Amino acid sequence: MSTELAPEVAKTRRFKFNWVDSFLWFVRVAAIIAITVGIVGSFQNFAAGEGPSAVAWRDLIISSISTGSMYGLIALGYSMVYGVLGFINFAHGEVFMSGTMVGLISATLLFNNGFWESNPIISIIVVLLVAMITSTLVAIVIERVAYRPLRGAPRLIPLITSIGVSFFVQYTFAGLFGVAIRQYPPSPPRLAADLTIFGTTFPISGTRSLVIGVALVSMIGLWYFVTKTKTGSAMRAVAEDKEIAGLMGIDVDKTIVTTFAVGGAMAGVAGLMWALLFRGVDFLTGFLPGIKAFTAAVLGGIGNLPGAMLGGVVLGLFEGVGPLLVLGGLGIPGVSQLKDAVAFAALVLVLIFRPTGLLGERLGSEDRV
Amino acid sequence: MKNKRSLRFLAVLGVFSLVAAACGDGGVEFEAGELGAVTVEAGEDIQIRSLNAISGEVAFLGIPNERAVRMAVDDYGQIHGHDVSVGTGLDDLCSAEGGQQAAQTIVSDDEVVGVIGTSCSGAAEGAMPLISEDGLVMISASNTAPNLTSDLEGTAGSSYFEGYYRTAHNDLFQGQAAANFVYNNLNLTQVALIHDGDPYTNGLTTAFENAFEELGGTIVLHTAVAREQTDMVPVLTEVAAEGPELIFMPIFPAEATFLVQQAGDVEGLENVEWMGADGISVENFMNLPESENMYFSGPDTQFASNTNESTDLSGDQFLADYESEFGEAPSADFWGHAYDATTMLLEAIEEVGVVDGDVLHIDRLALREALTAITGYSGLIGEISCDEFGDCGSSVISIFQHNNLADHQASKANILYTYPES
Repeated sequence: MSTELAPEVAKTRRFKFNWVDSFLWFVRVAAIIAITVGIVGSFQNFAAGEGPSAVAWRDLIISSISTGSMYGLIALGYSMVYGVLGFINFAHGEVFMSGTMVGLISATLLFNNGFWESNPIISIIVVLLVAMITSTLVAIVIERVAYRPLRGAPRLIPLITSIGVSFFVQYTFAGLFGVAIRQYPPSPPRLAADLTIFGTTFPISGTRSLVIGVALVSMIGLWYFVTKTKTGSAMRAVAEDKEIAGLMGIDVDKTIVTTFAVGGAMAGVAGLMWALLFRGVDFLTGFLPGIKAFTAAVLGGIGNLPGAMLGGVVLGLFEGVGPLLVLGGLGIPGVSQLKDAVAFAALVLVLIFRPTGLLGERLGSEDRV
Repeated sequence: MKNKRSLRFLAVLGVFSLVAAACGDGGVEFEAGELGAVTVEAGEDIQIRSLNAISGEVAFLGIPNERAVRMAVDDYGQIHGHDVSVGTGLDDLCSAEGGQQAAQTIVSDDEVVGVIGTSCSGAAEGAMPLISEDGLVMISASNTAPNLTSDLEGTAGSSYFEGYYRTAHNDLFQGQAAANFVYNNLNLTQVALIHDGDPYTNGLTTAFENAFEELGGTIVLHTAVAREQTDMVPVLTEVAAEGPELIFMPIFPAEATFLVQQAGDVEGLENVEWMGADGISVENFMNLPESENMYFSGPDTQFASNTNESTDLSGDQFLADYESEFGEAPSADFWGHAYDATTMLLEAIEEVGVVDGDVLHIDRLALREALTAITGYSGLIGEISCDEFGDCGSSVISIFQHNNLADHQASKANILYTYPES
């Protein structure tokens, strides 16, 4: 009986017309067509010698990847906290900002006594350490003061709290440092020049290669930490199920603090990258990168660490290269002003095609990093 | 019949005048116009307000404006025996929302007669609907967007509201001045324009575009950056691809800083000339090594020997007073405009104020009319005459090249072009 009925059920389902689904299909098809036409148009322009030169495209891609890896490092913090506690820590952008702001003090000191120019690598390591320590401490304090008392409360409550914490940290820094934009010293000449390894010069500035390199190293370090160490296993266990992990003898509070600390340290690294790439910092510096990094985390699949990093780089490429490549190819002038619009439209499109993000989100009792 | 009707008319008139006399406490007869009037009781202050960008990244513009307002009020002294109070300085946040919120505060206070503000054109767009509706006047020292007044040919701008005045120039002048300079003096014909979506920046790039194309030049790209945007490599790549000879970016310091700093990373911009406007001819931007040799257009600030006719203060004295009171030079170029805007308002209040014993009546409509009627008023910024859409500025634009990183005043005196050409 059932074997006879089954095709009929399938049949009625197959022909059931649904406005929402058809609209989504329409969006998918239209997006693919628009993107293809745009990219083909860009290639035609390029072949005709119009638009950016090959060197300009290459520089644009490199710069997008370096910005994207910075987003990725911040996104790791969002993803880790989401994985473990299940809420979005909107104050994470401020954790990042605090690292850059305090790093600025050390960078200015080093610059003023000439050390920045004479020993660029050591100087950058010092600034990196200062930024990482600051961000880590801020993250730990936020967790202890704002989130731990709310453990067990509905998810919405820590979420709203995190927005409040975000304002608190912003305006604390506005009070401490003033509201003006302050400048990091310029990259030392050795870093600003093109990267040279064993006499071969690569067409990428030392600063950008350093940014991408540091991001890669941090990511690999974090990967090792989460998958191979005992603390990492504890983090994964707590993410899986806090109660059971507690029963297994894992100190849940300590593990959560570790999660915040590691996320904060990554944000501190990103803070140094911001300083190298953009130099200008103020108390609102964390806001937009925070939003972008959150987007990157969702894009890559929230809760998924490689996903966060990949999401960051992809988002950086979308917003950097996307407007010129796709919209420029469609013949729209002045497209770079649509950078943010393109970035968030890309997020929507990716989620329409893959609702769980690029690498899939990892939630609750599902399998996990 | 005829007699009866005129008798009745006389009777009605008589009753009205009795009522009016009763309202006037038996003193001078005062009848409020259609916008109503502000009554300042005995011993109370005349209330005006300062609405300027005094926090955030554009505070450099609003703070000297507010200080100049207070200095003008102090210098002017009493009006018909009443002190003038500015109250707490309101903040326009340099945004439409900020302007609107502050305007809400202002209109909820019936004692306020007029406003000196806003600093930013965008904020004026938010504030003016409320200010105008309430019958108040607002005089801005630094709004320059053309759409706030008129196209200078008799058509009101899209955001013009009655009761709006400004001592700043209309950016149609500045656009023309910058375009003339680039085309005739620098002999460049390929220009890229960058604005940030704000009415001030967009208004100015559009004015430049129209004037420049009229002259025969080409705008290769008219694009924008977002406020708070930091990564400028994409927009610069796009600009470089169009091969401009000059980039005109009349935006604010934060974004302009990122633009000039990241320009070094983009191939094809090595020989391009940069030009900015009054929004970035400020200390923190001009300190950047990258800003050296840039051109800047802005209001002509050679006010040294001009004198404000209400207070007999000269430009030099103003700067000396400012320096001694605040320990620094004004951080933007509109202090003279703010000072004059305030004395104009006070002068107009004095003119239309009706003294009624110890009480002072200020008719709102009459105040507007008095401001519109201003001609040949001598201010710090030169001779001030208002047109019917509230443009009162002297509209002298000068363009300088920043050739001295260490001494900004020397750079600002390095004027290459002045508009109108004499």
